[in-house]
Amino acid sequence: MLDSNKDSLKLEAMKRIVAMIARGKNASDLFPAVVKNVACKNIEVKKLVYVYLVRYAEEQQDLALLSISTFQRGLKDPNQLIRASALRVLSSIRVTIIVPIMMLAIKEAASDMSPYVRKTAAHAIPKLYSLDPEQKDQLIEVIEKLLADKTTLVAGSVVMAFEEVCPERIDLIHKNYRKLCNLLIDVEEWGQVVIINMLTRYARTQFLNPNINESLLEEGSGGDKTFYGSDEDEDEDEEEKEKNAEAPAMAKRKPYVMDPDHRLLLRNTKPLLQSRNAAVVMAVAQLYFHLAPKAEVGVIAKALVRLLRSHSEVQYVVLQNVATMTIKRRGMFEPYLKSFYIRSTDPTQIKVLKLEVLTNLANETNISTILREFQTYIKSMDKDFVAATIQAIGRCATNIGEVRDTCLNGLVQLLSNRDELVVAESVVVIKKLLQMQPEKHSDIIKHMAKLTDNIQVPMARASILWLIGEYCEHVPKIAPDVLRKMAKSFTNEEDIVKLQIINLAAKLYLTNSKQTKLLTQYVLNLAKYDQNYDIRDRARFIRQLIVPTEKSGALSKYAKKLFLALKPAPVLESPFKDRDHFQLGSLSHLLNAKAGGYQELPDWPEAAPDPSVRNVEVKDSVRAVGTVPEWTKCSSREKRKEKKVEKPFYSDSEGESGPTESADSESDSASGSESGSGSEESGSGSESVESEEGSESEEEEEDEEEKNKKKKKKELKKPVQEIKLLSLFPVEPAPSPQVTPVNTFLSNSLVTDLEGLSLSDTVLSPATIAPSSALKNYELLHRITGEGLSVEYCFSRQPFSPDANMVAVQMQFTNNATSDTKNLHMEDVKLQSGMRVKEFPEIELLPAGETAAAVMGIDFCDSTQAANFQLCTHTKKFFVSIQPPVGELMRPIFLTENEFKKEQGES
Amino acid sequence: MIHSLFLVNASGDIFLEKHWKSVVSRSVCDYFFEAQERATEPENVPPVIPTPHHYLISVLRHRIYFVAVIQSEVPPLFVIEFLHRVVDTFQDYFGVCTEAAIKDNVVVVYELLEEMLDNGFPLATESNILKELIKPPTILRTMVNTITGSTNVGEQLPTGQLSVVPWRRTGVKYTNNEAYFDVVEEIDAIIDKSGSTITAEIQGVIDACVKLTGMPDLTLSFMNPRLLDDVSFHPCVRFKRWEAERILSFIPPDGNFRLLSYHVSSQNLVAIPVYVKHNITFREGSSQGRFDLTLGPKQTMGKAVESVLVSSQLPRGVLNANLNPSQGTYTFDPVTKMLSWDVGKINPQKLPSLKGTMSLQAGASKPDENPSINIQFKIQQMAISGLKVNRLDMYGEKYKPFKGIKYMTKAGKFQVRT
Repeated sequence: MLDSNKDSLKLEAMKRIVAMIARGKNASDLFPAVVKNVACKNIEVKKLVYVYLVRYAEEQQDLALLSISTFQRGLKDPNQLIRASALRVLSSIRVTIIVPIMMLAIKEAASDMSPYVRKTAAHAIPKLYSLDPEQKDQLIEVIEKLLADKTTLVAGSVVMAFEEVCPERIDLIHKNYRKLCNLLIDVEEWGQVVIINMLTRYARTQFLNPNINESLLEEGSGGDKTFYGSDEDEDEDEEEKEKNAEAPAMAKRKPYVMDPDHRLLLRNTKPLLQSRNAAVVMAVAQLYFHLAPKAEVGVIAKALVRLLRSHSEVQYVVLQNVATMTIKRRGMFEPYLKSFYIRSTDPTQIKVLKLEVLTNLANETNISTILREFQTYIKSMDKDFVAATIQAIGRCATNIGEVRDTCLNGLVQLLSNRDELVVAESVVVIKKLLQMQPEKHSDIIKHMAKLTDNIQVPMARASILWLIGEYCEHVPKIAPDVLRKMAKSFTNEEDIVKLQIINLAAKLYLTNSKQTKLLTQYVLNLAKYDQNYDIRDRARFIRQLIVPTEKSGALSKYAKKLFLALKPAPVLESPFKDRDHFQLGSLSHLLNAKAGGYQELPDWPEAAPDPSVRNVEVKDSVRAVGTVPEWTKCSSREKRKEKKVEKPFYSDSEGESGPTESADSESDSASGSESGSGSEESGSGSESVESEEGSESEEEEEDEEEKNKKKKKKELKKPVQEIKLLSLFPVEPAPSPQVTPVNTFLSNSLVTDLEGLSLSDTVLSPATIAPSSALKNYELLHRITGEGLSVEYCFSRQPFSPDANMVAVQMQFTNNATSDTKNLHMEDVKLQSGMRVKEFPEIELLPAGETAAAVMGIDFCDSTQAANFQLCTHTKKFFVSIQPPVGELMRPIFLTENEFKKEQGES
Repeated sequence: MIHSLFLVNASGDIFLEKHWKSVVSRSVCDYFFEAQERATEPENVPPVIPTPHHYLISVLRHRIYFVAVIQSEVPPLFVIEFLHRVVDTFQDYFGVCTEAAIKDNVVVVYELLEEMLDNGFPLATESNILKELIKPPTILRTMVNTITGSTNVGEQLPTGQLSVVPWRRTGVKYTNNEAYFDVVEEIDAIIDKSGSTITAEIQGVIDACVKLTGMPDLTLSFMNPRLLDDVSFHPCVRFKRWEAERILSFIPPDGNFRLLSYHVSSQNLVAIPVYVKHNITFREGSSQGRFDLTLGPKQTMGKAVESVLVSSQLPRGVLNANLNPSQGTYTFDPVTKMLSWDVGKINPQKLPSLKGTMSLQAGASKPDENPSINIQFKIQQMAISGLKVNRLDMYGEKYKPFKGIKYMTKAGKFQVRT
């Protein structure tokens, strides 16, 4: 059928072949027939052939080579889907001969115009690496190049490639660190997981331990309890506020100052706790656990508890991690204690893990409720779970002294349980508890001695015997009797029981040799002929030790000391005790064993490495800074600048070269210009003003805003086309998500949408030459940054009456705060040479909720330099900046065609 | 990352395998079968099983084990979450995710898996994108395809893949523009013997079915957003607006999706809509046990409690139950000892009850545990937490959509201990 001319027949044949592959049947002998169809026009046939090829090419290398040329042709196809899929298949064919071809293809695709193809190239890197590890150096070059890529689509895949090929080359990340942090929220979820895990490791090498001052006091779980408790009760936005205020507060409290990049990472990952993808939530949780200051780790608890509603497999993994966390940071999960209560419908493995968490969470205050819960669990039908519960009770009892007696009594009651497993488990746990304070409990020991008649579980029997032997002085009457019974049944016992019988005999012989001498001899004789060599050895050893003979040396004198030495009580510990040296959420952590390819989580460095390695060359930047953000204190100005360079939004104005001149103005506000790039200018240039201003919190807003804008892109297609006609620079034809010139109507709606403000020009009525399109409002001061005061401005496109050279800027002040704002005026104007500003008249009073308007004039000197000044109220000063888009610097003039030609001729 | 995937059915046969890297022999699954045998219940198979050279990570859905083979360190949740996404996609495509459905559509399954993973790393998992790449099989399309010879594989790269709204496909057109939102709340509770609540919490989701033309931008606001304590969003929701204004603003995916899931803060007292009076006793020495159960509504705000289903795992010693329901029907499975009683609607005037005797194994001593009772119910047109949607607005498109919001309360893990 494959040789047929009809596509439908071919398709049918391929479908059958694929079905064979799916069932695991060998279809390799069809290879020649299938390979012929690799150039088939029908896309479905083609895809199925690809599936086949990828599966069998490894086995039939020579024949597979026949298909290579098709892929090479495909790599040049104008359709990006075909380019990408050709690369995908080419790189998936594991044939060593084509390594050079693959290398070439990857290099080419890495600089492809389409981000989708670049993404595929990133995927191809680990494939090639696994095929031929010698290509590593070349591949690292490609990875380096792709790491610099600014699209969200590529980021996840390339970090994945980085992790597989060269996780040790942490230096490659430096330059891209901030970009990755900022892009993170827009990356697809799988990429997020990989990036977050990588950044955790990175941060461990680059930043200082935020808990360094507390680490001395740490481990005292009682102390920080209240601390966390209060943290949990707070609402989220409160927490947010607190976070913002926190850094300075912390700085006051102790000398440690968090690196701004460290803070950036924590801040940008926090929203991802809200992700629907459990893996992302877990990744963020482990990041916070490993990197955040103690006070902030609490935020992850809520999200993790939420995951417990998910599928049981997810629960299983999450509970494992929670169990580890609860050992270190118990307070974090205490408010959620009840979420770990067990339902009879939970699978056993989940029950056991929840029990573990409950045990870890137990403390003096909540132990009574927990024990009451445990009492219910003991009645469960699931016996494995009951056994685990009993052990949990034992652990609670050892950890919390107050309840030890209650627990012990409860456990003793369980000894009369009908289920043997329960009794046995209790015996084992009681034995451990009794070891802590044996003298008080001789009656319990007596009771247990009686149990030897009934209990058959070897471990329990062994435990009882050990107890009796150890404390035979407390039960002098019963002990020999027990030994007598045991001697009788010796041959039928399990090995561990036999060993304990020998032990018991030896101890009794030493303390009470009159009564037990014969019995001991008898037992030892039995043991001598046992099948198990361990038992024979033990018997021989003990006989030499305790029975004084002429040959026996000095040791037998000390026999009593040897056997009846005081033994330290066992410490009942959580099996999750030391797991936190593995990165949480990792496979290695889950298995408590190092998995292949696991990257150790490095310890914090003693001293922070040079933070400037993360600085990036500034190409062009626009920025206005509002209230001094926390990180300006310790970071250099350059750092701030490049932060937004990394934003994808700007990244695509690659045609531009305009270096920032005003960026180095003295004030904290740096600004730059975007010269060139004609058509996009009005869009991206003006946008940047809108989105760039504001302070720390604003920056987050801005990401969001950017996102909005990107989303609008689709609708924008048409206007973009029109703008393109005017464009001075050729615009890249491939669709790329970054360039988003926003036309006025959209951003208008966006602004209204966001601010709930009307756009109507209240003061100036539209003049005759007013341009037809609506005015665009820019944001000068966001209401969050401005502490309630928000300012917007637009270029009213009116002549500014006091000075014809100035551009009129219409400002609109809104007081969103609850109190009045007084004395609004501007100060400290910083301008480039030649520029002039006519300040707006001072606004005396702006009552709460009111809006006021004012007009100011700026002579930009026909440049697009920003005008920086301070906006002052009676209490506060805000650094703001106005930057004009090119289009706003012009005044509409009416020209006839002839006049226009004349003018043109002159210039 | 993910090396291979094996699908194993309830009887332990591998009925589908897919490899993304070099072929891994299916004998690796023997370790899985071993673990399966060791586990008493199907859900007790550990999700992660280490073997000498590989690690097996499995999920159980619809009685099918999805076993992923991995070779090196990878976050286990990453794999688990992905496998669940695979199941969801299958369900989305075929309506059900059963062995038969997968076998019937093995080619589509293969094509899907090929698109979802590249070299073991997830590539496209959004169902909107996948549907553009590979069209879901319908009877009509199969017929058209056989006649015209066209395929159900898209030729163009889905635009969503490249855009920043990867969850929405472009060029959506509907004649009736509709947006439906279902607010579904589930009560998880444990009630103790005496009828007092040990723990109760409300978990809710908002599922949406949006069929709107073009690129609509929706905002949804609540009357009382403070109720929502912990939320997780579909990626389409703008997080910052939620943080700042407590408004859900999003460009919706096309079709059905889960917009939001939330948790109502535990400070609020949870109204428990039903109560249970129970008396289950076994007498020492006799081979009879008494069973008496009465249900009643409370705190339902006048709404009827519907689709009530009571189930209980009776002790192993129970041989049979001879009960008499005042309404509905009951079944008792003597093998699994599962008693289930389909009550239907609770009539407040005449409370439903189930009374009778249980026969125990002769000679066996009385079971020392009491069975716990699981209850399922539904209450229409009410969200038990009191959450109310204030309004839904649409921007970015000109037409007027039809909007609908439905509330429902269900029992989640609702357990009464006896």
